[in-house]
Amino acid sequence: MSGHIHKDYTGAKFGMWLFLFTEVLLFGGLFILYSVYLARYPKEFISAGKELNVWFGGGNTLVLLTSSLFVAVSITALRRGAKRLCLGLLGATIACAAIFMLNKFFEWSAKIHHGIYPGSEHLKEMKHGEIVFFNLYYLTTGLHGIHVVIGALVLTWAMFLIKRDRVNANDWVILENAGLYWHLVDLIWIFIFPLYYLILH
Amino acid sequence: MSDLTATAGSDRGFFGEAKYPGIFGWIFSTDHKRIGLLYFWCIVTFFCVGVLLGLLIRLELFAPGETIMGPQTYNATFTLHGVIMIFLFIIPGIPAAFGNLIMPIQIGARDVAFPKLNLFSWYLYVSGALMAVISLFAGGGPPDTGWTFYVPFSAQTSTNVSLAAIAVFLLGFSSILTGLNFVTTIHRLRTTGMTWMRIPLFTWSLYATAWIQILATPVIGITVALLFAERVLGAGLFDPTQGGDPIMFQHLFWIYSHPAVYIMVLPGMGVVSDIIPVFSRKPAFGYKAIVVSSIAIAFAGSLVWAHHMYTSGMSDLAVLIFSFLTFTVAIPSAIKVFNWLATMYEGSILLDPPLLFALSFILLFTIGGLTGLVLGAAATDIHVHDTYFVVGHFHFVMFGGTGMAFFAAMHYWLPKIYGRMYDKTVATVSWGVIFIGFCILYISMMVVGIEGMPRRYYDYVPEFTGLNQLATVGSWILAIGLILMFVNIFRGIFNGDPAGANPWGGASLEWEVPSPPPTENFGEDDPVVTHGPYDFKNAGIL
Repeated sequence: MSGHIHKDYTGAKFGMWLFLFTEVLLFGGLFILYSVYLARYPKEFISAGKELNVWFGGGNTLVLLTSSLFVAVSITALRRGAKRLCLGLLGATIACAAIFMLNKFFEWSAKIHHGIYPGSEHLKEMKHGEIVFFNLYYLTTGLHGIHVVIGALVLTWAMFLIKRDRVNANDWVILENAGLYWHLVDLIWIFIFPLYYLILH
Repeated sequence: MSDLTATAGSDRGFFGEAKYPGIFGWIFSTDHKRIGLLYFWCIVTFFCVGVLLGLLIRLELFAPGETIMGPQTYNATFTLHGVIMIFLFIIPGIPAAFGNLIMPIQIGARDVAFPKLNLFSWYLYVSGALMAVISLFAGGGPPDTGWTFYVPFSAQTSTNVSLAAIAVFLLGFSSILTGLNFVTTIHRLRTTGMTWMRIPLFTWSLYATAWIQILATPVIGITVALLFAERVLGAGLFDPTQGGDPIMFQHLFWIYSHPAVYIMVLPGMGVVSDIIPVFSRKPAFGYKAIVVSSIAIAFAGSLVWAHHMYTSGMSDLAVLIFSFLTFTVAIPSAIKVFNWLATMYEGSILLDPPLLFALSFILLFTIGGLTGLVLGAAATDIHVHDTYFVVGHFHFVMFGGTGMAFFAAMHYWLPKIYGRMYDKTVATVSWGVIFIGFCILYISMMVVGIEGMPRRYYDYVPEFTGLNQLATVGSWILAIGLILMFVNIFRGIFNGDPAGANPWGGASLEWEVPSPPPTENFGEDDPVVTHGPYDFKNAGIL
């Protein structure tokens, strides 16, 4: 608080890591449900999993991985004083987030168009295991989507601070923490993608 | 702000150093003591509301049949009593109020690691509390599920369970952020010489608690979010007609809510661990054992959740394993009790109000803990499951434990924070009345539970009338004691005599700053710690 004290970078990052733990545990609840229900309905999970389009999922995986690279490089750029490059890379990251969400929108729209969404009549006529699979699919990817949006907003805020030079080559912990958060969004998708799109094929 | 600290000659401490005028000096303040007091007053208010609801429940049960309310109102009343007491009083009670007030001073810090986040946590707490209050009055009527929100009923009832779920989510988020803040603070902001083994036991207990808050609370977040999704979107992950399993809700709920029991009780144990040595004028016996047992409770407490579910339909093997694990939690708890008693042995005991409340914690918590073993053993649990024995048991642990520790903390630290002393004689009398009322109320519950009275009914068979009336009379005595205590302590902290910097003769850092402490506690001169928190000789107390 007092002027002469430097920001505690280790403390700030420590706090962020703790927060990331809580996010992992939040999704952990959904992954526990996934594993329990997978053990109970292995066949239905496979048949339902085949309905998901692996190209949508794979494309989004590539987009997110690329965006994580952009964030990582943007932090290095800022630390080396390349402010404009950093802003450009962050802009690219946010663009990736937008592509991801757009992709998700089309993917969900197609499913919803076929009458597959939580609470729909069509879904209720399917087998129990398939209903569970799709409910889990919507809730998990939905919660992840919310995190993508939040992550993009956090990065936008970081961009704003960098533009104002309030985050700069000497004081960049906010950008690093924002980047950590973005990597978490990425990490969770790395688990969601195989569990829903790949492992059952 | 440092300019203000420099002129801290005024005896009003941080009260005289608001950044903004009037109420804004409080609700926009990032000073840990101001935030602590914001929590404290909210928590005390909700406690009083919870007590009032509890008295109404007891009044309804004064006689068989409908006495003052019908079944629906009764269900709503006990749900609210549970939700308010658990989520708005016991869980945030000691950590958020006294943790914020005292912990940074105890480790020689000027504030917590993230002061703005700390204020944000308080806003989350208030928003969650507001949601809970709105759920009482909005459309569908107050929730009637009990505080556990079990599906399928909670997914189907037309009452405002969705709003209550949002409230729990927000309160959980607030709790997570406080925990995260405390862990970071204790790791990073200890002053020179404040080694890990010189940290006061209260702060140690907050450290263990904060880890549970971080690691367990997200699970309740996702659980109530899924309940919300089931109610609003129809995504029935716990709905058997959609292939879901209601038992999974219970698992997820208790994966949080059992560790939450230790979020509730560990800080109380910390308060007692700090008070006993001071009023025995002896260093804490087995300091390291108490520290390790706090961590052990946090760890073991995370593995026992399914002992709430013996009758829910688990395999016998699972019941056996969870029953065994449950017993292991008794070991670190007992280690603490024995260490407290050993601390007092041959000490020069000063029977001041904080110690009286701490002693009643030890006695009542021990009874609560031992009756917990009755419930932890699967065979006896199936006999008393969902009876008033359970209600009596957890009130002994929660109220007799955490509640008494909260009162002990009030009597111990409020003179520090406000700089004024209450009337000790009245405080002692109020303690006696509370203790007697407490025992009459909850022992009656246990007995009537053993006799077979189920919980959560507004009615009972006439055979149970006598014990229920005794319990209700006990609740009145308890209420009188509480009123006496609160009136006395609040009169004291606003109008009492000056307390001085160290009214009890404590050796930890909070007693070295003036009462009330200045805004940044130690200001520019970070203290250098040269002795342990209970080293009364080197602190010059003895």
